[in-house]
Amino acid sequence: MFQTHEIWDTLRMIDQEKLDVRTITMGISLFNCVCDDEKMLAQRVYDRITRQAENLVKVGREIERDFGVPIVNKRVSVTPISLITGAVQNPVAVARALDKAAKTVGVDFIGGYSALVQKGMTAADERLIRSIPEALSETDVMCSSINVGSTRAGINMDAVKLCGEMVKDLSIRTGDRDSLGCAKLVVFCNAVEDNPFMAGAFHGPGEGDCAVSVGVSGPGVVKRALENVKGQRFDEVAETIKRTAFRITRVGQLVAREASARLNVPFGIVDLSLAPTPAIGDSVAHILEEMGLERCGTHGTTAALALLNDAVKKGGVMASSHVGGLSGAFIPVSEDIGMIEAAANGALTLDKLEAMTCVCSVGLDMIAVPGDTSAATISAIIADEAAIGMVNNKTTAVRLIPAYGKKVGDEVEFGGLLGRAPIIDVHPFSSELFIERGGRIPAPLHSLRN
Amino acid sequence: MANVSKAVVSVLGVDRRGIIAKVSHVLFERGSNILDISQTILGGYFNMIMIVDIADCDFSLLMEDLQDLGRAIGVQIRIQKSEIFETMHQI
Repeated sequence: MFQTHEIWDTLRMIDQEKLDVRTITMGISLFNCVCDDEKMLAQRVYDRITRQAENLVKVGREIERDFGVPIVNKRVSVTPISLITGAVQNPVAVARALDKAAKTVGVDFIGGYSALVQKGMTAADERLIRSIPEALSETDVMCSSINVGSTRAGINMDAVKLCGEMVKDLSIRTGDRDSLGCAKLVVFCNAVEDNPFMAGAFHGPGEGDCAVSVGVSGPGVVKRALENVKGQRFDEVAETIKRTAFRITRVGQLVAREASARLNVPFGIVDLSLAPTPAIGDSVAHILEEMGLERCGTHGTTAALALLNDAVKKGGVMASSHVGGLSGAFIPVSEDIGMIEAAANGALTLDKLEAMTCVCSVGLDMIAVPGDTSAATISAIIADEAAIGMVNNKTTAVRLIPAYGKKVGDEVEFGGLLGRAPIIDVHPFSSELFIERGGRIPAPLHSLRN
Repeated sequence: MANVSKAVVSVLGVDRRGIIAKVSHVLFERGSNILDISQTILGGYFNMIMIVDIADCDFSLLMEDLQDLGRAIGVQIRIQKSEIFETMHQI
């Protein structure tokens, strides 16, 4: 029944290679909270979340204990708030209710202070986006996301312009905390409705009342497996990653199934993403380097990442009954010790990171740029990334941190899972007139698939 | 679900007299039945895997007792429900 070496393998993965489940995320629909009174809406949102997620943290801990596998975060995602605030003037009261509810149930993050504006903005969408700097600077564990483009709709450049301004505003408002607010805001193209990862998690309008989804982790396990195939051909590298990803995902599937049963909530999806942490031995960059690159970011990095991303999916897809979310390798700079090192010694630039986002999930993530970067430049970076997502039928995202008062050579330090990041340079030439135009970039020809 | 009542006890540490006896005693006291044992000593390190039946015992209390014992005799003792190993290594 059991092979002893398999048991020791599992124990080694957990102990030494930092195999963990990154998050159990409970998605909660807030449509039944809708009303036109701000206070009552906020109260209903608070009540709905605290009732539905009452046992989430407790059950998460029990599963951790029973199977001996760490579950790093417990999180909640909710219906994009702009969809439930159409009849109220100020959505910030709901932001405070979300933050308070998250703290009451004890989750690490709550996501969904969001708007989906890929084609156009309603008045409520615009109110929500404009409130983000205030909402994120006054709350602690709430995360926000905006979807500004999609393959079917094109890119809403008015929203892109606005998002750049909001990132900039947020950077200044939270300047005393290394512009931490920006780490809680992500701008998407082709956002997915069932993503369990922050900052971009929300419970899409196509979802049911409630679902639990799981995001796995395990870059350390993949790195260790690749150490056993040093010098071998890429065929062997891909096979090794697939086998490893299968095992990692099975753990996620087990946790998702247990959480669903114990919470009496439908199972949503397992997200196959390899999520790194700033801890030693938990780095996606180090996997790429293990393939033979002196430093992540050098020539060959995009190819290595493409192989990794594909093999993770192929290995993981058979291990779970429902795969979804973002499902791919993440490359958040501040959250990955190998990326931090590569960015600090100049091997990894913003342009190379942009290229890498063409072949993996998700995008330009947790990248610190100089504090004096203009709103137009931030918008232009968002537009570039959205274009990659739109044309390639994939999710892309931007989570940039213009670090207030800091310049290239400095560093920002967030601590915990968010890590630290050296400030990397942006192009000095202006994109002002480009962003000023507004309007929509039309959807590509291949969006016409019917 | 198969094997819902099984758990894996793993023990790792410097070898000394009485480890198996003490672990077995805790399992007996808590009403757990040992189904299989595999034990080796590598370079002075004691490695043991036990498959145990936990159908008739309180898993939390058993876990606490084993952890207390581990601290008392200076070895790492863990107990995990068996599904984690089955799902990872079997299709």
